[in-house]
Amino acid sequence: MPVTDIRHDLDALTLTITAEFAAPVQRIWEIYADPRQLEKVWGPPEFPATVVDHDLAPGGRVTYYMTGPEGGRHYGYWTVLAVEEPESFTYEDGFAHEDFSPNTDLPVSTCVSTFAAQGDGTLATYVTSFASREGLQTVLDMGVEEGSRTAIDQIDGLIA
Amino acid sequence: MDTIDEERADAWFHALSDRTRRDILRRVMRGEQSVSSLARNYSMSLTAVQKHVVTLERAGLITRRRSGRETLASGQAGAVRSAARLLAELEDVWRERIARIDDLLGAEAASLPAAPQHPPAAQHRAAASSPPRKD
Repeated sequence: MPVTDIRHDLDALTLTITAEFAAPVQRIWEIYADPRQLEKVWGPPEFPATVVDHDLAPGGRVTYYMTGPEGGRHYGYWTVLAVEEPESFTYEDGFAHEDFSPNTDLPVSTCVSTFAAQGDGTLATYVTSFASREGLQTVLDMGVEEGSRTAIDQIDGLIA
Repeated sequence: MDTIDEERADAWFHALSDRTRRDILRRVMRGEQSVSSLARNYSMSLTAVQKHVVTLERAGLITRRRSGRETLASGQAGAVRSAARLLAELEDVWRERIARIDDLLGAEAASLPAAPQHPPAAQHRAAASSPPRKD
């Protein structure tokens, strides 16, 4: 199991997830530096991602869409804030319109990805923060990525 | 879900397995109500309604407070749809992404030759950045 640690900060609305990969830092970096590899890992199999623009440099943009089972497309973008190849990069991840202009009605999360050598492999840390609980709620309600439906969801339905 | 969540889900399902309790929860989610006014909606004793309210409270779905001679009950929407749950869902998204990276790396490792016998000198830089495979 590559995931080694998870921290939920409820006050800061921040998820920190740590994973160990059996490949060197440079190899992990290449996944993000190569749009064809990035799209293999970004979206779930039922919502495959297609990366359109890809400029992994400070101020650069990465744009993508995810195609749903019914053929509908969900557009998204990254605004790259900082890059320290191959150790880390920081970006804002938001929703976009069809022309990839940011959809400002929907919330933006800030993500920091950090890769550190650990033995023969890589310790990867992903920190995702939302400005508000409503923002986080909206993102999940969009169903961009359907997680497993839990008993708790059924309760939501019961008392709605 | 971890064990605490499982226990919580058990408590929720037990609390919500009863039609009257579901109805009480719907009413108090709309706003705080006294237990005696809730009881007027049902053809059962005040004591029976109080027991249902206590069951819902134990499951963390509602809270009770005293006000004079009344007991007031209100719904805990936050308990059901909490920030904790939202972060748990986000965790699933990231876990799946990490699993896909692991799959990608695994597929790559499987397609490589088991071990290069005599790496050419020109490749020593690449060899240095990717330590010898142990398998």
